[in-house]
Amino acid sequence: MNAKPEAPSDVTIEFRGVNYCINDIPSRAIVSNVSLTVLRGETLVLLGRSGSGKTTLLRLINGMLVPTQGQVFVEGRATTDTDPIHLRRGIGYVIQEAGLFPHFTIAENVGLVPSLEKWEPTRIAARVEELLQLVGLNPPEFSGRHPRELSGGQRQRVGVARALAADPPILLMDEPFGALDPVTRAELQREFSALAHRLNKTIVFVTHDIREALLLGQRIALLQAGRLVALGSPQDFLRLNHPEAHAFCACLEPSERAHK
Amino acid sequence: MNPWTFFVTHRSEIFSATLDHVTLVLIAMAFAIAIAVPLGMLIVQHRHLRSIALGIASVFQTIPSLALFGFLIPIPFIGGIGRRTAIVALILYALLPILRNTYVGLSGVDPTILEAAEAMGMTNTQILLRVRFPLALSIILAGIRTATVITIGVATIAAAIGAGGLGTFIFRGVAMVSDSVILAGAIPAALLAIFADLLLGQLERRLKVV
Repeated sequence: MNAKPEAPSDVTIEFRGVNYCINDIPSRAIVSNVSLTVLRGETLVLLGRSGSGKTTLLRLINGMLVPTQGQVFVEGRATTDTDPIHLRRGIGYVIQEAGLFPHFTIAENVGLVPSLEKWEPTRIAARVEELLQLVGLNPPEFSGRHPRELSGGQRQRVGVARALAADPPILLMDEPFGALDPVTRAELQREFSALAHRLNKTIVFVTHDIREALLLGQRIALLQAGRLVALGSPQDFLRLNHPEAHAFCACLEPSERAHK
Repeated sequence: MNPWTFFVTHRSEIFSATLDHVTLVLIAMAFAIAIAVPLGMLIVQHRHLRSIALGIASVFQTIPSLALFGFLIPIPFIGGIGRRTAIVALILYALLPILRNTYVGLSGVDPTILEAAEAMGMTNTQILLRVRFPLALSIILAGIRTATVITIGVATIAAAIGAGGLGTFIFRGVAMVSDSVILAGAIPAALLAIFADLLLGQLERRLKVV
């Protein structure tokens, strides 16, 4: 799968020379000199080990973190020049363990951003129903339940529905399927991959799982110790001549390496 | 006179002292909650106020209750002999358990949930009122419960500065060296404390999320 040509209007997210250091202390750099563009409608996977800076990059996109140096642009505007609340309401966010609100019902969880955006209650209810159906949960059965009454996989489906609620053009996903058992994970990955193609969202997906990266990513950005070491399609990734890429490819079976 | 006969012959007096006692406790608790819960919300968001507020509240707790009542008497407006002074002292006493539990409850919310709330574009106030507060409610209530039980006990000492309540019997009994009279104050006070503890404990369990 080839990346689309890079015209300015096709760029949804852009990192321009971004450094991020904890408390702005240079010796505590988490992200070093990252420049990267995410194209409209693509799924870009940020792949790396724990501590490689993947999650930090994600949080720099929705302004939960601010670059120490450089800038991050979302839809052409620097995150530092945008009201963070407004910015975040236009960006869906899915995390490991879903982070659902335990005191809200499933319907209230999914309808949160629309309610913050002051939609009419009937419109919220209709949207919640539509979304639960989209993620494969029967609305009458699940709407009134609380998160604790759901399995991990079901909770994660709710997490995806909640992120999609206000129909944001961008989705950020931080190891969303990481805490699930392998069977449920594979099931959700397949469904999500189909959903992502259908919805035409710009998705930035963080994972440390090379299989997940190859399955879901149109492009894979490989991070190591806060630096971007490689960027390309899954096919390119398998042919990369970089020790960190080799380390990840070594996790694959020979057959998986061949058929991609 | 055995305790039971004293109780029967003085039942209306004991009953009205119990009502006074409950009134004293309810007024003090209402003020303590109205001060400590918002203050707890404030110190969750303002780090620098945290140790000051918790420190001051702890100092009040360390002052022996009888001394605290005594200290307040000469202070203008809030001082003097009677109920008003007693209520002020009881409020100061009840602050710490409520303030500490409010702070602990609000700051102890699962970081994943807070991360999600922030990422959804909730403002700090929305996160505080719609996420932190409901999730901390049972812990805040546990603080209110502790404070209520303490206040019911400490309020008996308020009789020393003329605030009335069940302490009246206790002090009178001590002066008369009469167990019956002491028990006429001590038993209803203990029952009140047990009753408040059970009632608030039930409410606390009902409000617990997860």
